Amino acid sequence: MTSASANGAIEEEIPLLTRKDFVSDQEVRWCPGCGDYSILAQMQKTLPGLRIPREEIVFVSGIGCSSRFPYYVNTYGFHTIHGRAPAIATGLKTARPELTVFVITGDGDGLSIGGNHLMHLLRRNVDVTVVLFNNRIYGLTKGQYSPTSPIGKVTKSAPMGTTEKPLDPIKLALSVGATFVARSVDRDTKHLEATLATAAKHKGAAFVEVFQNCNIYNDGAFASFADKDVRQDRMVYLEDGKPLRYGKHLEHGIRLNGFQPEAVENPMSDDELLVHDTSRDDIALPMILSGMDYPDFPVPLGIFRQVERETYDGLVAQQVDVARDRAEPDLEALIAGPETWNVL
Amino acid sequence: MTTEIESPLSEAITTRDRVTIRFAGDSGDGMQLTGTQFTRTTAVYGNDLATLPDYPAEIRAPTGSLPGVSGFQLSFSSNDIHTPGDNPDALVAMNPAALKTNLGDLVRGGLLIVDEGEFNATNLRKAGYENNPLEDGSLSPYRLLRIDITKHNASALDGLELGAKERFRSRNFYALGLVLWLFSRPMDTVVRWATDKFQRNPVVLEANLRALRAGNAFGETSELVHERYEVPPADVAPGVYRHISGNEATALGFVTASQLAGLPLFYASYPITPASDVLHELASFKRFGVKTMQAEDEISAVCAAIGASYAGQMALTGTSGPGLALKSEGLNLAVMAELPLVVLNVQRAGPSTGMPTKTEQADLLQAMYGRNGDSPVAIIAPSTPGDCFWMAIEAFRIALKYMVPVIILSDGYLANGSQPWPIPRLEDIPPVEWRHAEPGSASHAYERDPETLARAWAVPGQAGLEHRVGGLEKSYETGDINYEPGNHHKMTLTRAERVARVVSDVPDIEVTGPAEGDLLLLGWGGTYGAITSAGERARSEGKAVASAHIRHLNPFPANLGEVLSRYDKVMVPELNNGQLSVLIRSQFLVDAIPFNKIAGQPFKITEISGKIDEVLGISGPFEFEF
Repeated sequence: MTSASANGAIEEEIPLLTRKDFVSDQEVRWCPGCGDYSILAQMQKTLPGLRIPREEIVFVSGIGCSSRFPYYVNTYGFHTIHGRAPAIATGLKTARPELTVFVITGDGDGLSIGGNHLMHLLRRNVDVTVVLFNNRIYGLTKGQYSPTSPIGKVTKSAPMGTTEKPLDPIKLALSVGATFVARSVDRDTKHLEATLATAAKHKGAAFVEVFQNCNIYNDGAFASFADKDVRQDRMVYLEDGKPLRYGKHLEHGIRLNGFQPEAVENPMSDDELLVHDTSRDDIALPMILSGMDYPDFPVPLGIFRQVERETYDGLVAQQVDVARDRAEPDLEALIAGPETWNVL
Repeated sequence: MTTEIESPLSEAITTRDRVTIRFAGDSGDGMQLTGTQFTRTTAVYGNDLATLPDYPAEIRAPTGSLPGVSGFQLSFSSNDIHTPGDNPDALVAMNPAALKTNLGDLVRGGLLIVDEGEFNATNLRKAGYENNPLEDGSLSPYRLLRIDITKHNASALDGLELGAKERFRSRNFYALGLVLWLFSRPMDTVVRWATDKFQRNPVVLEANLRALRAGNAFGETSELVHERYEVPPADVAPGVYRHISGNEATALGFVTASQLAGLPLFYASYPITPASDVLHELASFKRFGVKTMQAEDEISAVCAAIGASYAGQMALTGTSGPGLALKSEGLNLAVMAELPLVVLNVQRAGPSTGMPTKTEQADLLQAMYGRNGDSPVAIIAPSTPGDCFWMAIEAFRIALKYMVPVIILSDGYLANGSQPWPIPRLEDIPPVEWRHAEPGSASHAYERDPETLARAWAVPGQAGLEHRVGGLEKSYETGDINYEPGNHHKMTLTRAERVARVVSDVPDIEVTGPAEGDLLLLGWGGTYGAITSAGERARSEGKAVASAHIRHLNPFPANLGEVLSRYDKVMVPELNNGQLSVLIRSQFLVDAIPFNKIAGQPFKITEISGKIDEVLGISGPFEFEF
């Protein structure tokens, strides 16, 4: 019989693992050219750096192309049901806080059918890392519009264009109190790897939106600003404590006019530019930044918010400890209840 | 002031072997508290008893209105009893609405205590009375006792710093004091409870104790009451007893199972009547390592529990019928991933929102078949409030041994009903066994125990057993995703066979009454008391009627088919429109006679007796009188 709380491995010497150790024996079955390959590769590169044994890591996913992810990572994995991965991960992490848990989801899985669960996981600050693959389309069901598809988008289920305003995953995460909110893109592998690593190390719910190209049903959705040759001019990399600068030679910047961001070409100095701060308790600044979109603005990439707050799983465990300190568990007394009588 | 009592002036104590009493009032009148406290006193006194709380779904329906009436019935006896009684012998009505909604059930000649202070024009109008029933002679078939409880209570509280509203609130203690005197019960159990409950509010405590004593003294000193009742203690098996409700017993069973197994319990639930008390109870058991999660919805609750099960712990979710519907997708994931999961369904009247506070047992077929695909789960049902304890443990025993989801079908009647309960000794409770896969013991996650067909429970944290599971069909041979036709066929049959094999842990069904005969009454769940009592009554009248009660509904006990064959007729009383009867007919090709009541109320014994006589050809067709 093995104890459920066995966790001796963490104290032992952890062998140095490599990317290969996190590659499972399953054949990867995404379409050739899919952005998912890049995310999988960056994750497999990131995991060894966490210095956590494979058996202490669990990937939980829902349904959709992205949710096949756990089959390809050689850790524990649970490919669950549509939209429910955040709920399953919450139970898993709360039952066993010592495990490292990732949730892999997409814009349909995480924001449409599972929007409620995602919101509550972030609100509770469950100590898991959520990676949301946003390709702005339903891929597995073959090309219907998603809750992040732009209004007017022509799809199989909207032949005259969608009539729905999309939602912004970053704004959603910020508004429900997520303690770590970041965005990256499949094509910028370095940035993606660094973002995943920082997210995985965050204590609390970490939310990472990854712009991911679906080359079959929504090819080029992000190309206008994320393609390599235009990226530097059309995306701005957020760095904590640094002024917002972009352009090939970082010659442009963003300044704030009241609540309104403004793009400034060739500013005289950093002094007039907006300085990024991920640690603010209020969400006004990251909310303003999340409103910047191409072509009016460069699209922000990086960490919008990173603050510390007690985790749900930690607080639940703490209450168990406190209750044990207060009163010795006595099962016989509990069963007997407050009042008993004898029948002779 | 007049009363209808025509007995001698000197009070006499009449010994009865059974009394059924109902407290009824506005939902703000504290009738559940009055009933519960009278019950505790009666339990400690040593009577056997059964209770039936009946309260409105609205927390505060308009004061004095008919929908706002809340009632609590209990039956106590010097014999072994199984039900809270068909019709009350005594009714306490705190206002006209309570009188109107409950009088029909009071036996003719029964004792009727009313708070005449509340029979004013406004309240009479709210209750729909054109004339004051206290004055128009319509209550003459009953022994009417009109007492201005409101006024007497208020004057007992003179000098306390309390507003009129707070004074009014103590009326239930006044009524309780009076009724305790009437049935020759001591006040000390109530005094002890109140002293503890209101310790932080000494004025309210003082008010309630004064009211209690004033009511009690009124019974003793007024010359209104000429007859008291004595119900001697029951002759029950020796042992240490406590008073317990079904939901309390259920929660205790779960924590006991966890302690016996040495495996932490994780309970995720979304508040829903009548299951919420289990969440409240378990949330207070943290010192036993129990973790509870109030989920954002029913789906999240079952999914969080599945996460805990995947993590290797004792996973539990609880709900009522509408919630079970929402959990069906999650349940199916547990079926497919072959994870141990216990789902408590405290059934209530449906469909849809139905009647949340009223009992029914209409989720059997939902539990059995309410999921996509061929998706068998084990199903069990407790038969009494105390049995909820044992079935909670039984559910985990099955789930952990066979790696299957188990649904417990409790119901509102069991959950809120209560009884004296012999406290079990821990050493008498059979162990709850489980096994996580040993590293190196299984080549893949779906490798099965040849005897139980349970798959290996490999849990995160175990090196060398890293694997991936999920809702997609898996290969019988390797545990990898597999869409081959023959494999799906084999896996479907294997999932069914695994549940079927639970039968080896299911005790044979026992029959009460003759081993063969004219009629077998076959029931399940909370109808045990009424069916058993109806069987006893039939036999006392010389009829060859037996009864049997199913606690394991899937799979059925191995001997059930053989037992059914020993009777000329099989009748299945159920609080639904025929569900067990469908299963019995389809599995055993027996022409089971359904007897269905769908009224949100438990069976009365007389109803089942009436149907027995119809089936045996003794009387004509039975009709319900609602």
